Amino acid sequence: MNTFSDFFFLREPNVVLVVAGSLILCGMAALVGCFTFLRKRALVGDAISHSVLPGVCLAFILTGEKDPLYFLAGAMVTGMLSLLIMEALTKNNTTRPDTAIALLLSVFFGIGIVLLTSIQHSGNASQAGLDKFLFGKAASITSEDIKLFGISSVIIAGSILLLIRGFYMISFDEDYAKAVGFPVRFLRLLLSVLTVWAVSIGIQAVGVVLMAALLITPALAARLWTDSIKVMLLLAVIFGLISGYTGAFVSYAAPAMPTGPWIVVMATAIAVISMLFAPGRGIIARWEVQRNNRNKTLRENILKLFYRIGEKTGEHGASVLEEDLVNYRAFHADELQSGLKQLEKSGLIKRVLSTYSLTKAGVFEAERIVRLHRLWELYLQKYLHLDPDHVHDDAEAIEHVITPEIEAQLSKILGNPKTDPHNTVIPKGHDIK
Amino acid sequence: MTLNDTWIILTASLVALCCVIPGCFLVLRKMGMFGDAISHAVLPGLVIAYLISGSRSGSILLIGAAATGLVVTFLIETIQKKMRIQSDAAIGITYTFLFAVGVILVSLFTGQTDLDQECVLYGDITLVPFDLITVGGLTDIPRQVWIASVLLILLLGMLFSGYRGLYITTFDPGYATAVGISVAFWHYLLMGMVSLATVVSFESVGAIMVIALLVGPAATAALFAKRLPVMLILASIFGIIACFSGYWVAVWLNASIAGAIALMIGVIFGFSLGIRALIPSLNRR
Repeated sequence: MNTFSDFFFLREPNVVLVVAGSLILCGMAALVGCFTFLRKRALVGDAISHSVLPGVCLAFILTGEKDPLYFLAGAMVTGMLSLLIMEALTKNNTTRPDTAIALLLSVFFGIGIVLLTSIQHSGNASQAGLDKFLFGKAASITSEDIKLFGISSVIIAGSILLLIRGFYMISFDEDYAKAVGFPVRFLRLLLSVLTVWAVSIGIQAVGVVLMAALLITPALAARLWTDSIKVMLLLAVIFGLISGYTGAFVSYAAPAMPTGPWIVVMATAIAVISMLFAPGRGIIARWEVQRNNRNKTLRENILKLFYRIGEKTGEHGASVLEEDLVNYRAFHADELQSGLKQLEKSGLIKRVLSTYSLTKAGVFEAERIVRLHRLWELYLQKYLHLDPDHVHDDAEAIEHVITPEIEAQLSKILGNPKTDPHNTVIPKGHDIK
Repeated sequence: MTLNDTWIILTASLVALCCVIPGCFLVLRKMGMFGDAISHAVLPGLVIAYLISGSRSGSILLIGAAATGLVVTFLIETIQKKMRIQSDAAIGITYTFLFAVGVILVSLFTGQTDLDQECVLYGDITLVPFDLITVGGLTDIPRQVWIASVLLILLLGMLFSGYRGLYITTFDPGYATAVGISVAFWHYLLMGMVSLATVVSFESVGAIMVIALLVGPAATAALFAKRLPVMLILASIFGIIACFSGYWVAVWLNASIAGAIALMIGVIFGFSLGIRALIPSLNRR
């Protein structure tokens, strides 16, 4: 616990650097990653991040120094190179995109490994730490690094905020963007440069192997919560920051642990939580919708039974025993109970001892559903020329989703009919307010 | 060429052949990145299998890792369909997560698994000649050579017995469905083959170079071949050339052999593009 409070209150000067560095890198990657995600280029991001490794090694071989600026320059050169080769390969359909990505990713990484191992075996003492680029090295971020990260992030975030409309357009509809006069080629190139840039500095936090996750995972999680691009960018950055903070803590508490994987695990946890709980798109929200639909269908089916029993006896408000309902339609006992309770609660039926009867509102609602059912049956018979004994099942499904507008239209084209294909009366419609 | 050189090159070539077989189908099915995903994602399966079985050989290892491969395929499809997320992002999030978990497990149990972070990335093929076992009457054959040979025979068996199904579902899945061939079955079988190839390659060339072997020779062969058998044979030849030349490049540069093999795969691909540009009659179309 002591470790945590030391970390949390930034008691050691080194911790400030680690935290600041991780936050900048992860936030930046998440911001740029939103566009990578929206343009469906998640795996291109992966290829870029593997491709910067040879650049980092070359920078070291050429300069013999571990200067972050040289590393950045080298990384950007090979990252862009791989991106350009990819575009050239896929342009005339020489190689398909997925193959090109996988090939470039592994070949560039292979070259990087050759250079890296060659440097390591050369006995050059100053090379120590170069292999940290594989899995990230948040714990050893220096103040010199921070300066570079800070300047980079200001430029990257500034360009994105300034040109957000353009990037938004090319992410969703490039052809339209071109038609209304956006400089599409320039924007695309600029976005690529910004992505390679963010990747080239981001590898210091998670390493080249897992960099793709830093781009994609926060963006994916953010996308589930919102349809607005601005909110999405903001959320993605927040998710990125949380992951970066956690990673920095692990890096501080257990220096032997690789930082990158922990950041990725944390980001994935956020994504999984989003998949479960996000309103609208989350699994739980969708279950809720499904459950509501099931309950609505159940309630409406029960109401129909009351109506049909009423039709037989000629009195729609009459009391009905539960057994009578089951005789008409094989309900599961629990299901029927739950449906009756729901109806009672919403005041559509009332219960006296073990008998049930429709209230006035209940009759009204039951008539509506029966009307929709029979209108649809008639429609199928008249316009699809189905036999009367084939129309029931289809109507059984669709009656629950017909809106008042469709009802009005059906009634109109059928000429306000009085009876359905089985010669039973179609209840009169009620005026829509 | 010393005996050790021979063993290393032989191992690499066997591994390359194991990868080429499913690799050709991956390339034809435009599923190159599934190879990427599986090769990363078998790592946690491998580590857990190591921890359970306590050894580097054994069927638990193969079963564990192959099962992970199938789980990955299933996970990607579930995320894609249930969450309605585009396939590239579904692949990206799944394999980075599993690989991250694998690396964390490796760091947690360092010393217990014979794996370390670097080995995970680019393998340790130089150790192949020092791990000798005796099976039957044959003495002092490297363990890796044995494993790779057995797996190659297994994969060849699957290729020959399942050729028709793989072929039809690759080139015309619509027709396959129409005549009652299960596209899903062959899809999962192929993913199983990729997982097996990945597992056998993992120790010698690591997670990322596996992708080079899976996709590289097949993509190069696809530049020339008009028919599937030709593509398989060409890809095998390219794979073996890359292993030979890669080994000597690595010795020359005093660098990682796996990395050099991936480098040579890239060189062969670039060279083939050049040849195709110079001699238009070789053009596939």
